[in-house]
Amino acid sequence: MEHGSWLTGTLVYLGAAVLAVPLAKKLGLGSIIGYLGAGIAIGPWGLRLVTDPQDMLHFAEFGVVLMLFLVGLELEPRRLWSLRKPIFGWGSAQLFGSAAVLMAIAVAFGVPWQLALVGGLGLAMSSTAIGLGVLGERNLMATTSGQSLLSVALLQDIAAIPILALVPLLAASEGAHADGSAWLAAGKAIGVIATIVLGGRLLLRPALRWIARSDTPEIFTAAALLLVVATAALMQAVGLSMALGAFLAGVLLAESEYRRELETDIEPFKGLLLGLFFIAVGMSIDFAVVLKQPLLITAIVLGFFALKAVVLWGMGRAMPLPKPERPVFIILLAQGGEFGFVVFQTATQAKVIDAATSSLLVAAVAISMLLTPLLLVAADKWWIPLLARHKPVNIDEISEQQNAPVIIAGFGRYGQIVGRLMFANGINATVLEHDAEQVEGLRKFGWLTFYGDATRLDLLRTAGAAKARVIVVAIDDVEQSLKLVDVVNENFPQLTIIARARNVTHYYGLRERGVKLIERETLDSALMSARSVLEAMGWERHQARNLALRFRRHSIELLEEMALHRTDEAKLIAVAKQGRQQLEQLWAKEREEAQERKQRAVWSAESGTESSEGAP
Amino acid sequence: MTQATDILVITAHPHMELSRINRRLMRAAADVPRVQVRDLYALYPDYLIDVPAEQAALSAAQLVVWQHPIHWYHMPPLMKLWVDEVLAFGWAYGPEGGALKGKDLWLVASTGGPDDSYQPASYNRYHFEAFMPPYEQTATLCGMRFLPPMVLHGAHKVNHHDLGAHAKTLADRLANYPAWPEIEGLEECIACEVPLSARPQDEAANTAGGALAAHSAEAA
Repeated sequence: MEHGSWLTGTLVYLGAAVLAVPLAKKLGLGSIIGYLGAGIAIGPWGLRLVTDPQDMLHFAEFGVVLMLFLVGLELEPRRLWSLRKPIFGWGSAQLFGSAAVLMAIAVAFGVPWQLALVGGLGLAMSSTAIGLGVLGERNLMATTSGQSLLSVALLQDIAAIPILALVPLLAASEGAHADGSAWLAAGKAIGVIATIVLGGRLLLRPALRWIARSDTPEIFTAAALLLVVATAALMQAVGLSMALGAFLAGVLLAESEYRRELETDIEPFKGLLLGLFFIAVGMSIDFAVVLKQPLLITAIVLGFFALKAVVLWGMGRAMPLPKPERPVFIILLAQGGEFGFVVFQTATQAKVIDAATSSLLVAAVAISMLLTPLLLVAADKWWIPLLARHKPVNIDEISEQQNAPVIIAGFGRYGQIVGRLMFANGINATVLEHDAEQVEGLRKFGWLTFYGDATRLDLLRTAGAAKARVIVVAIDDVEQSLKLVDVVNENFPQLTIIARARNVTHYYGLRERGVKLIERETLDSALMSARSVLEAMGWERHQARNLALRFRRHSIELLEEMALHRTDEAKLIAVAKQGRQQLEQLWAKEREEAQERKQRAVWSAESGTESSEGAP
Repeated sequence: MTQATDILVITAHPHMELSRINRRLMRAAADVPRVQVRDLYALYPDYLIDVPAEQAALSAAQLVVWQHPIHWYHMPPLMKLWVDEVLAFGWAYGPEGGALKGKDLWLVASTGGPDDSYQPASYNRYHFEAFMPPYEQTATLCGMRFLPPMVLHGAHKVNHHDLGAHAKTLADRLANYPAWPEIEGLEECIACEVPLSARPQDEAANTAGGALAAHSAEAA
C-alpha cells in the first residue's frame, strides 16, 4: 500500500511538472510559473491529488540547500571576501530598512508591535529560490544587479539565524527564557561553523580525492550529495540555516579541483528539487484564507510589495545599478520568500502570532511569489524597454556644424578602436553615438562624442557629412547600420563607407548596397586565436601567421563567391562545401610536398651532396 | 587591364609616403601606356604575396623592371620576398622552369650615397657595379638578359630639375623599348642548367605554395 502511494505521488508530481512547465514556457512565462501552476493544480485547492503540502515543502526545501551549495561553488573565498561590503551593507539596508518601514506602517495601522515586528521581518525576506533561479535562467549572475541580489540573499540567509532565535523571545509569556541556553546555542553554532570551515579546508579535499580514485562515478555523486546533506544536517542540529551551511561548504570547495565535477553531479538534483519546492509553494497557498478576506490579502500583498520596492528603488539609485537592470532587481527582492514561511511558522509555534494571522501572511508571501514571474514578464515587455530606450536624456543632440574629414557612427567597442587609431595619428573625427549613457561615459574619459542618431539626415549634415571623406559605420544594430548606408548613398555619394559587419547576412546586406570596405567583426580576432592554437600545436609562429593570412584571403574570396548565390540555399551550401574542400585539398597537397622535400633533404644529406638550406 | 602591356614594373618602397624619387619614377612609368606597375608594398601590405597573380603578370611581360631604392646594398625586404616566392623552382628556374626565358630584366634604382661614395677610397668602399652580381645572376639563372641598370645616386640631394629629367629618361626608355642603343651590343643570356638535385628543400609549405602555384600559372 505504502509502495503504491509513493508511486502515485511521484506520478502526480512528475506528471504535473512535465505538463505545466513546457506549457508555461511556451506561453513565455518561464519555468517557475509552470511549477507554481502545477502545484496549485494538484494541491488541495485544485484537483486534490495531494493534500499535505507541508511535508513536501520540507522535503523540497532541500532544493534550495543544493542551490546555495552550487552558488557557493561559484564563489571563491577571495571573491566572497570582496563581497563583504555589499553583503553586510546593502544586504542589511534591504532587510532592516524594509522591515523597519513595514513595521512602522503596520504599527500605524494599529497592529501590536510584536506582530508588526515578526510580520515586518518575515515579509522583508525574499525568495532566494526564485531570485537565483531567475538570475540563472536569464544569465544575469555576473551582472551588477545579479551580484547585488546574491549579496542581499546571502545576508538574509545569515540574518535568518538571529531572527529565528529572536522570534520566540517576543512571546511575552516566555520572556524568562534562560539566557544560559542562548549562550550555549551560540557556542554550538560557532563550533559547528568552525567545524565546517576547518573540516572543509583540511579534510574535504583529501576525502574527495580518495573517493575519486575509486573511479566509480555514482559514488562520487553520492559523496557530493552526502557532503551537502551532512553539512545541512549539522547546521540544522544547532538551529542554523541549512542553506547557509551548504553555501559555506560550497565556498570552501570553490577552489578545489573537483569544483566542476561537483557542479555537474549536483545540478540535476537541484533542478528537480527546486521544481518540487515551487510545486509545494503553489500547493500551500491556502485559498480558503484568501477567499475569506480577499481585500485584506490584496492590501497586504500590494502594500508590502510596494514598500519593499520603494526601499529597493532607493538602493538601486544609490548603488548605482544600471537602469535597465533595476526592474529585475526590484521585483526579485520585493517579493516574499521561503524564509518568511519559516519565520511565521516559528512565530506561530512560539505563540507570538495566531494560526489565522500566520496563514494570512503565508498566503500573502506565496501569492507574491506567484506574482513575481508574472511581474517579470510584464517588466520585460513594458518597463525595461522603456528604461533602455527613453532614458532621461540630458545630453543635447549634435547641433554645431562639424567639419572633420572622418565621421565615426557608433562609438562602442568597435568604433572606439577605429577612433583611437585616428586620433593617435592626428586625424580629426566626428563621433556620433546614439546611446546617451555611452556618450556620458565617453565624455568622462575625455572623448568628444556627440549624441545623436546617425541615421538622421539632418544630424549627418550637422556632423559634416557633406564635406567629410570617410564615414565609418560601426553601429552594432544591423538594421540601423544598413539604414545609415542607404542614407549616405542617397545623400552623400562622395563619402567612402567603411563598415563593420556583425555577421554574414549583414555583410551581404552591405555588399548589396555597394559597400566595398567591410570587415567582419569577429574574423580577425578569431584568426589570431587560431594562430595561437597552431603555435600551441607546435607550428612555427611564422608559418602559423602565413596560414592564418591565407585562410583569411580564402575566407573572403569564398564569401564573395557565395554572395552570387545567396538566394539559392542549396547552391550556397554547395559552394561553401566546395570552397572548404578545395582549401583542404590544397593544403593537404602542400603538406605532402613539404614532407617530400624533407625526405629528399635527409637523403641528400646522407649521400653527401651539397644540398643545404638555400635556394636556388 | 585588357590593354596590351608588355612591360611590367615591380615597384618596392617600404616608405612610399616618404619617397620623392621612387614615387615620381613610379608615376612616370605608369603614364606609359604599355606599362603595368605593380606596387608591392601597396598590393601586399601584409606581406602575403599572391604568387599566381605575380607569375601571371610576369608571363605577360617582355621587359621586367625592378624599381626600388637600394637599402643596405640590396633590395627592400618585400621585394626580396617576392623574388623568393615568385621566382620559384620549376617555374622560373630548374628543369621544368623556363617561364621567364628570353625576357629582359632592368634595374631602376636609387641610392642615398652620392656617386663618388661608391669607390674604394670612400665610405661605400666598392664601385656600385660590385653590388650587382646577385641581381645579374638572378636574371641569368632565369634565362633573362640583365640590362645595364639605371641608377640615380645621391637621391636625397637630387634637385627638382634633375629628378624631372631622370623621370623623363625613364619614360622615354620604356616607351622606346627595345630600341635602346645599349641593348644592341648585348649578348644573349648565358644558359644556366640547374639540375633537379638543386631543388630547394627548405622552401616550405608556408610560402604561398611555390610549386603548386606554378602549376596553376602554367595551366592558365
